[in-house]
Amino acid sequence: MLSPYRVLDLSDGRGALCGRALADLGADVIKLEPPWGDPARRIGPFYQDDPHPEKSLFWAFCAANKRSVTLDLTAPAGRPVLEKLLASSHFLIESFRPGHLDNLGLGWDDLKGENPSLIYVSITPFGQNGPYRDYQATDLIGMALSGMMHLTGDPDRPPVRISTPQFWATGSAAAAAGATIANHYRLLTGRGQRVDVSCQQAVARALSHAPMLWDMNRLNMQRQGPFRPVGSVNLRINWECRDGYVNFIQPGGHTGGLSMTNLSNWMDEEGLGHAVLRDTNWGDIGFGQLSRELLEEMTPPLERFFMTKTKAQLAREALERRILLFPVHDPKDVFAYPQLLARGFFGEVPLPSPEGEAPGVMKALGPFFKSTVGPGPAFRGAPRIGQHNNDVYRDEMGLSDRQLAKLKEDGVI
Amino acid sequence: MTVAPLSGVKVLDFCWVAIGPMTTRYLADFGATVTRVESIHRIDTLRTATPHKDGVPGVNRSGYFANYNGGKHSMALNMAMPQARELARSLARWADVVTENFTPGVMERWGLGYDDVKKTNPGVIMFSASMQGRGGPYSNHPGFGPVLTALSSHTHLTGWPDRTPTSPYGAYTDFLLPHLAVSAIAAALDHRRRTGGGQHIDLSQLEGSLYFVAPALMDYAANNRVGTRRGNRHDVYAPHNAYPCSGADRWCAIVCRSDAEWRALCRLMGRPALAGDPRFRDAQARKDNEESLDEVIAGWTRDQEPFDLMARCQAAGVPAGVAQTCEDLFNDPQLRHRGHYVSLEHKEIGRHAYDANCFHLSESQARYRPAPLLGEHTRRVCREVLGLPDSQIDALANAGVLS
Repeated sequence: MLSPYRVLDLSDGRGALCGRALADLGADVIKLEPPWGDPARRIGPFYQDDPHPEKSLFWAFCAANKRSVTLDLTAPAGRPVLEKLLASSHFLIESFRPGHLDNLGLGWDDLKGENPSLIYVSITPFGQNGPYRDYQATDLIGMALSGMMHLTGDPDRPPVRISTPQFWATGSAAAAAGATIANHYRLLTGRGQRVDVSCQQAVARALSHAPMLWDMNRLNMQRQGPFRPVGSVNLRINWECRDGYVNFIQPGGHTGGLSMTNLSNWMDEEGLGHAVLRDTNWGDIGFGQLSRELLEEMTPPLERFFMTKTKAQLAREALERRILLFPVHDPKDVFAYPQLLARGFFGEVPLPSPEGEAPGVMKALGPFFKSTVGPGPAFRGAPRIGQHNNDVYRDEMGLSDRQLAKLKEDGVI
Repeated sequence: MTVAPLSGVKVLDFCWVAIGPMTTRYLADFGATVTRVESIHRIDTLRTATPHKDGVPGVNRSGYFANYNGGKHSMALNMAMPQARELARSLARWADVVTENFTPGVMERWGLGYDDVKKTNPGVIMFSASMQGRGGPYSNHPGFGPVLTALSSHTHLTGWPDRTPTSPYGAYTDFLLPHLAVSAIAAALDHRRRTGGGQHIDLSQLEGSLYFVAPALMDYAANNRVGTRRGNRHDVYAPHNAYPCSGADRWCAIVCRSDAEWRALCRLMGRPALAGDPRFRDAQARKDNEESLDEVIAGWTRDQEPFDLMARCQAAGVPAGVAQTCEDLFNDPQLRHRGHYVSLEHKEIGRHAYDANCFHLSESQARYRPAPLLGEHTRRVCREVLGLPDSQIDALANAGVLS
């Protein structure tokens, strides 16, 4: 869909998902790395736990379908090369701290004169301006300041983040939305612009109705562990089973009622049913109308039943019997999930490795969407450092072998 | 007067609940005409969801609904009636983009599947979002948004290793996916501007959610390692936790990514010698003695005001952030500076807050407008889009079609 467009990706690991999304959509995303390798290559996990810049699995995901060229942004000799690249680019993505590129003469104000149609996308924790602009942020700090952490975790322990980083990824996905919307403005007017993303705001938009509950009803939501308040009761959502956990909720309402009746019937078939489950007319209980008394009676037989089954058994029967129950997948389960396999979501890419080594292949995540236009991008895997220097600099930009050799000698590429 | 990026784009919006409406609000904010089809007979769950104005339920009183539907038109259609489906099909001829997030099969039953719509509107872009995507054994399995984090492994990865996983708050992935969804719709519109061609986009909420746990998935794919939830622990950094502060349930996150940041924290604690303590001397030592480390830091933070603590850490170059409550967010100076909560006048709710967009466009800012009442624009759409005379609109209304 975006095949006519070139994206110059200057971002490190913090902004890397934006370019990955645009690459999924068909854009030619050129990752510009320092000659010693992009900082994102130092982010784990690593293949075989070897922190080699060609073995980062974080990189393997975020840089998939991108091309890589090297260029030292701070070297004056690299400037003409960058200008040439910019002249053929429609988007620039960066995730440096605010002001960093301005100090190198590469800020939006520096570039827009020569490149008035460029869309200049900046991904930062808090945005380009404001009192927290220069605050140091990691994923943990970002999740705290954006409100997600206080709402997540067990009430008797500190608030928690999600153990896999979310903060930058959420902002980077928003950046892809901003970039593609800005592109329509360019189509209408010919003019580019600055897209200034705040990751804090992006995560603050992911708090469901909690901020609105404060705004309208002055309710400050609290973290609930594996329970969720529905109506007047706290319903358990995550239940232990024989080999892990399943997600099951009985919220009432039509769908919830059917699900509960079907579950009770199954328990009866297995000889593990209970009178309170059998005798309750679940269809009569409206959404959020479950009473505390009923909840207390029904919970122990459900707990006992789930403990006799595995995640996979429960999930299989839930599908057959239309029960609102889902396995709590761990990463291994995700790769075995029949739905993802049936849709052909996973592809194969080479395991990340230094040049000359060929250790085999690994599963990789496919494009984030499917479409009737075209087959979607091929699984190209992530590039090695400067893998496309010759393709881009020589074959596409017309630099001579001698010029390339000189740039290499000077440590620019 | 600047032109809005999506001005002239016409969207017929069947989306409901969260992921779909949040997606199409972006289109409305940036200038598209978004006409939502909804009905009092199968009411959008979000219209009945808290918070309601003054705590009193009512289809036009939910702040949850309003936040995701600002700037849209609402057209009431009772899709159980053949005449309503006929009107919807006429609207689908008008639209550039048709959006929906029903269980796969619903639009097809109404004669509004992609194959039907493109017969009379060959350039149409249809956007379908569903829990687990179209096709495959689980395509029609019922469920609510919060279960997606169970399937994606977000749930497994959230909470404490010695306890049941807690799940991230709310229908978390419903709010992660709209940004990717918007990029796909905007790209499809771009493709259409250039080629005239339409398409059907099929977004599986599950598949997109996996992008947000990719490092853990890749770790399994390459190393066969099954990662798990670790509270607030980090592979390398220590300290890396939320520390107690003065006040009820107040916490400030503090992180040291390097020995330099650790030394700065020790100076701030008034205990510079601690940096040389063999238990904490370098990152590996601090990881090995993380419980003692957390106790030392918590002993220092416990009586401190959280925002003051954060400011002093940041001034010393130590990453720190208060675990903010929703109340805090409304007072956050940075979010205020960015204009994050926009106060708009809604016809029944009055003034209340809407989220602003998390990206600022320097040349073409979003325009924020309140959410519509249910069916507020039904007559206007009938007249201006469908070209129906008032007499016919009255007849349709009397027959219950426009409800």
